[in-house]
Amino acid sequence: MTDFLGLYNYWIVIFLMMTGFYIVIARENLIKTIIGLNIFQTSVFLLYITMGKVTGGTAPILKGSHSGESHGAESHGAESHGAEHGQELHAAAEGHLDSGVEAVTEIYSNPIPSVLMLTAIVVGIATTALALALVVRIREEYGTIEEDEILEMDRNS
Amino acid sequence: MIEQLPVLVIVIPLMAAPLFVLIGNRKLVLLLTQLVCWTVFGITVSLLSRMQYGPISYELGGWPSPYGIVYNVDYLSAFVMLFVSGLGAIVITYAPKSIDKEVHHSKHTLFYASYLLCMTGLLGMCITGDLFNVFVFLEISSLSSYALISLGKTRRAPLAALHYLIIGTVGATFFLIGIGLLYQMTGTLNMADIASRLQAVESSRTMLVAFAFMTVGLFIKMAVFPLHTWLPNAYTYAPSVVTCFIAATATKVSVYAFIRLIYVIFTPQFAFERLPLDSALMAFSLVGIFVASAAAIYQTNIKRLLAYSSVAQIGYMLLGISMSNVGGLTAGITHMFNHALIKGGLFMVVGCFALRIGSLKLEDLRGAGKTMPLTSFAWVVGGLGLIGVPMTAGFVSKWLLLTSALSLELWPVAVLMLLSSLLAVVYIWRVVEILYFSPASHLAKTAKEAPMAMLIPTYIVIGSTIVFGCWTVYSAGIAHAAAESLLGITQMGGVQ
Repeated sequence: MTDFLGLYNYWIVIFLMMTGFYIVIARENLIKTIIGLNIFQTSVFLLYITMGKVTGGTAPILKGSHSGESHGAESHGAESHGAEHGQELHAAAEGHLDSGVEAVTEIYSNPIPSVLMLTAIVVGIATTALALALVVRIREEYGTIEEDEILEMDRNS
Repeated sequence: MIEQLPVLVIVIPLMAAPLFVLIGNRKLVLLLTQLVCWTVFGITVSLLSRMQYGPISYELGGWPSPYGIVYNVDYLSAFVMLFVSGLGAIVITYAPKSIDKEVHHSKHTLFYASYLLCMTGLLGMCITGDLFNVFVFLEISSLSSYALISLGKTRRAPLAALHYLIIGTVGATFFLIGIGLLYQMTGTLNMADIASRLQAVESSRTMLVAFAFMTVGLFIKMAVFPLHTWLPNAYTYAPSVVTCFIAATATKVSVYAFIRLIYVIFTPQFAFERLPLDSALMAFSLVGIFVASAAAIYQTNIKRLLAYSSVAQIGYMLLGISMSNVGGLTAGITHMFNHALIKGGLFMVVGCFALRIGSLKLEDLRGAGKTMPLTSFAWVVGGLGLIGVPMTAGFVSKWLLLTSALSLELWPVAVLMLLSSLLAVVYIWRVVEILYFSPASHLAKTAKEAPMAMLIPTYIVIGSTIVFGCWTVYSAGIAHAAAESLLGITQMGGVQ
């Protein structure tokens, strides 16, 4: 049972995947088919994103890796803006540095699956846009977007 | 400059496509597209000629290998890129008159841009060594081919394109799921890196699922028999030029990706010994050859006839791959090349008929042998190649396949292959009889011979099927080198 619940993210992925796939297969309406295709693709986005997450991990942003230099550079930049501001920013930079030291022991999530999904989302948008454009043309030609009616018209012509 | 060649193959057509949309002048863009296609062909020729010095590995942006994206050029990828870009170039040279008739003038620049993008995607799938990059290029080529198919004149074209889009996207998404699962197990996307880390996790169920998803995804793209339903409509209703290019190249590049999947990423031991994929492949391809060839016999549209024949021919390539020895693999790779030439040439002949007769129904083509003798003769020569008559390219690959089947003592396979060639005789002869020995239809009676601008490229492609039927150094020879290096890689992997 704990296995079942512990992997709940995968169950969501599979549920969405099968829902989308079923809609693609079972629906006659072309727009609904495209919606099904979208759900199907989205489930794969979730699959990737969920596999990149490390429990307790944070966003993989390297902070203060060259601690001394960046500290100096930042406070220098701040002073040139103005003395009062400089004080505040100096303090902020110091806080920044502290967290930077901690960051060495921090756990990061894997960013690559998320990055890959950015590309896949773009591909998905392009696919949907093209599919909708085709549906517009089909509707202009046939006057309907129900697949069975279209096939019926083709058979008679 | 020379060391940048691998990336230029991709960058030149990719950058040219949006630029040409901005230029917008139909005639200028046509000339520039032809220039780009021939340039890319020249680059692939020079890449293949450099293969004797060993494979090339190009790191994009200078990022070292397992972290950045790598472009790999070896015998196999250079060979596939060569015929993809070569047919792309010759088809676009043949294209202007046909496009003029079949595609609305306002769409011409967009047509050329999509054509270049499609070629970019196909070449990219060949050259890249990064698995996710394969998916991206697969989608680039697929999306542009959906757009190209939808440009057909009849109202069924957009519907055929949409069906292809839905099935194709499901296939590509399956491939993506497989990549995800592989990444989950190995933590890398570089093909060689995955292969080296696979041994440790080979027995896990995730690997089986990943392999299954990727195989089914590519089967859809290859149009292997039970998953071929998108292909006949897409080929039939697309503009003739698009059918020439896609039929000659797109399915072969998917076969190429499948070869990479089995022989470079997973090992044949995994695919064929742990899983019974070899016997499954053999069964699928043999059933596909027979069902699709039989379906081709009953078609009344010449384009649809050739489309079913394409489904059958994919079966021969997979049959070669399923044998998993050097002979079978050589036969499969050679048939990719030979079939690209033969089917490209035959669809170019069909494009000539479409231009002059205006209909592709077999009954309207009756008697065209008298009014269009040169075009009809090209059909006869190309058809002989498709059947596999000696002295044609089709014979070479079928002979290699047959000897390989006999060396493995697969007698039933050999017999079935010969029988299936008889089915090809039937559907090719049916068209020949209609062209030469039937009373002329009223459309064929008034038809003129196709223009030289289309006949010459057609005859170059059809003639090359005869050349590569007699002289196989550069077809079967390179395929043999590619097969040896593929199996060599996996043997080394097995030792480690």
